[in-house]
Amino acid sequence: MEKDVSYLSKAEEFIQMFKKGEEFTKELLKENEKLRYRIVELEGSIEKSVDNARTKLYENRIKLLEDELESLKDKFRKVAEENKDFASKYLEVEEENNNLANLYVASYQLHSTLDFSEVLRIVLEIVINLIGAEKFAIMLIDDKTNELVPVTTEGIDMTEVPKVVIGSGTIGRVAREAESYFAEDLTGVREYNPFEPIVCIPLKIKEHVIGVIAIFKLLTQKAGFTNVDYELFNLLAGHAATAIFSSRLYTQSERKLTTIQSFLDLLKEKPKKWENR
Amino acid sequence: MPNILVVEDSPTMRQLISFAIKRIPNSHVLEATDGVDALKKLSSDKIDLIIADINMPVMDGLKLVSLVRGNPAFKNIPIIMVTTEGAEEDRKRAIAIGANAYLPKPIQTQELLKLVTSYLSGNSD
Repeated sequence: MEKDVSYLSKAEEFIQMFKKGEEFTKELLKENEKLRYRIVELEGSIEKSVDNARTKLYENRIKLLEDELESLKDKFRKVAEENKDFASKYLEVEEENNNLANLYVASYQLHSTLDFSEVLRIVLEIVINLIGAEKFAIMLIDDKTNELVPVTTEGIDMTEVPKVVIGSGTIGRVAREAESYFAEDLTGVREYNPFEPIVCIPLKIKEHVIGVIAIFKLLTQKAGFTNVDYELFNLLAGHAATAIFSSRLYTQSERKLTTIQSFLDLLKEKPKKWENR
Repeated sequence: MPNILVVEDSPTMRQLISFAIKRIPNSHVLEATDGVDALKKLSSDKIDLIIADINMPVMDGLKLVSLVRGNPAFKNIPIIMVTTEGAEEDRKRAIAIGANAYLPKPIQTQELLKLVTSYLSGNSD
């Protein structure tokens, strides 16, 4: 009987122990659950913070790239602007080059001959082809009468251009004052008036005027004058004057030389005739 | 090396055009004073492009164009006319005869160079 009691108490003890174990296990399980939950929580927050750090990193990288892109765009804009500047400067240089070529050719041609009529023809060519004039006259001062006399014309008959007294009218004034004249309306349709040129350029050697170029009408396609036209007018005023003046002198001296030579030949022949007598 | 024939009776214009054309790399300029002289140059040299004036003595530019277009050996040579005749009907007449382009004087060198280079490179349209 005593034995049974002891077994029972032991069983009771065991059961109690088992229950405590069960409770402990339950507590452990709970704790485990809590810890697992905490781990998940921590993992989540770690992931979040890693994501945040990564995002931050990416954002910084994007910012850097955007800055770089902006600076590249800025550089590209500057280069494009410089390129545009260079292109327009290139065009300007090209135009200047062409203008200089025109002036060079005009000047070269003017001084390429000492033949008076040839020089006049070259001046005509320059005024027609390089300036674009349709009707004009080249007039030179006759020192004996103090009048401007037409020596060659284009688009109008020489007889249609009257002599002009120096100081009289637009043409006469240009010859007296040695200053070019440009009418305000260059292209307007008007009847030919020999006293009203649209452009009149004095032909002068330094300040000494030897004649004028009077333009009465421009070619229909010539809308107005450009810088190179004014340069050509300046060139004509000086170089054409020198070329005309020197060729006229040369032609006159050639003529005189021929006369003198004929006279000398005649003199040489005379004594022989006398001897024969 | 493209050979460009400049047909002009005016020495000033001839020199001016030749001066401009020589700036095209590797180009070679031949000069003729009128249509007859131009035909002689065409038969003696291989010409790639013609720049011709209209008003010339002996044979004018329009007659030259019609003869060039009528000759199978030369009919494909591009021809640029340069002239003081600026009216639209003059331009139409020159194009109808066979000129490829028409430049009224005073010529703009850049415009002429642009035309010449485009015809030489075959990108004229």
